[in-house]
Amino acid sequence: MNLNIKYFGMLTEVTQCQEETFLFSQSTVADLLKALFSKYPLLEERDFQVAQMQTLVSKDTIISNTEIALLPPFAGG
Amino acid sequence: MGQDKLTQAKVLVIGAGGLGCPILQYLAAAGIGTLGIVDFDTIEESNLQRQILFGMSTLGMNKALAAKERLEDINPTISITAYQERLTNKNAISLFNKYDIIVDGTDNFTTRYLISDASLITHKPLVYGAIYKFEGQVSVFNYQDGPSYRCIFPTPPKAGSVANCSEVGVLGVLPGIVGSMQANEVLKLILGLGNVLSGKLLCYNALTAETMTLTVPKSDIEINKILNQKDTFQNCQEEFNCELNFNEISVKEALQKENIQFIDVRETHEQPKVDVINPIQIPLSELELHLDKIDSEKEKIIFCQSGIRSKKAVAILQKNNINNCYSLKEGAISILEHYNQN
Repeated sequence: MNLNIKYFGMLTEVTQCQEETFLFSQSTVADLLKALFSKYPLLEERDFQVAQMQTLVSKDTIISNTEIALLPPFAGG
Repeated sequence: MGQDKLTQAKVLVIGAGGLGCPILQYLAAAGIGTLGIVDFDTIEESNLQRQILFGMSTLGMNKALAAKERLEDINPTISITAYQERLTNKNAISLFNKYDIIVDGTDNFTTRYLISDASLITHKPLVYGAIYKFEGQVSVFNYQDGPSYRCIFPTPPKAGSVANCSEVGVLGVLPGIVGSMQANEVLKLILGLGNVLSGKLLCYNALTAETMTLTVPKSDIEINKILNQKDTFQNCQEEFNCELNFNEISVKEALQKENIQFIDVRETHEQPKVDVINPIQIPLSELELHLDKIDSEKEKIIFCQSGIRSKKAVAILQKNNINNCYSLKEGAISILEHYNQN
């Protein structure tokens, strides 16, 4: 299916976009990360969490919704 | 009624910078009876585009003290204490115990994790805000048994991997917006108004004017890890909070242990191979899929090329309740060097 992936903060410096459509046919968040790391090798060095349908999910969660977001921690103030 | 609640409230704001200034300004103006301000830093001219309590006449002054003087002019009826010191594991617990609500307006991960852990240990709600370039995050942690910061980000990022505001530059109005949202949450907590931003992480983008509110599930595992450190917390160094999940070890120390399992978390093609210690090989990206290969009876020594991915691996294993894991400091090469020398 076509996922709509949103990138936040410093992740957009790696992906060079804030949002993209990403074709994905496997099952879990871990699988998706593997696919994204192969498209963006530098992404693997970043710290972030994954949200599906606006809820934070773990790596073994099955992807069942097209709305995905990648969220890094911010330190600034 | 509402004003009485505000007068009786005691709020501690850590960091009187880009976030702290608007937070403090609105809390003082609202009449919060007791305000504490922690900041060891002094005011520089480059701060003035976003740190709106300060001006040319206060350059070089301590931020907590200058903020206190400015706020006393806005509202002379409230009690304000300026703590002109660095927040540490030693002073955090006793300081937090004097207040009802903790507000994080700091600019680095070490202090943010310290604040999160100390507010969890002292059972204080934490109003969190953070910014990066044109984006901000806001949430309320430890509220009515809700999630904590570590439920979202269990492991602190590597030191130096994320720049702070003064290094990357921000629009001055962004911390103004995010700090005002934090002040709003503080007032809601005190007055019992509306829905507190607990179990949610609000993400705001100043360039698109979009917000996205994510649901944050609570992780009892992450929370208990910190609560279990309660008795030792005050005796730890500040770095402890950022290193809490990392157990590093040298080759020499590793090889002195008996009953160990070596785990190579590099990709399968990476060189040099270190067959001499007979490691099992699980690339970091697949680690969580192969937890069954990890021997729970043995102490685990995890290594990669330079010691960075192995740290991440230790954090992942700890998250999955696999203990007795160590990250090898210098990576695969140090093992070969050790064997070549001996």
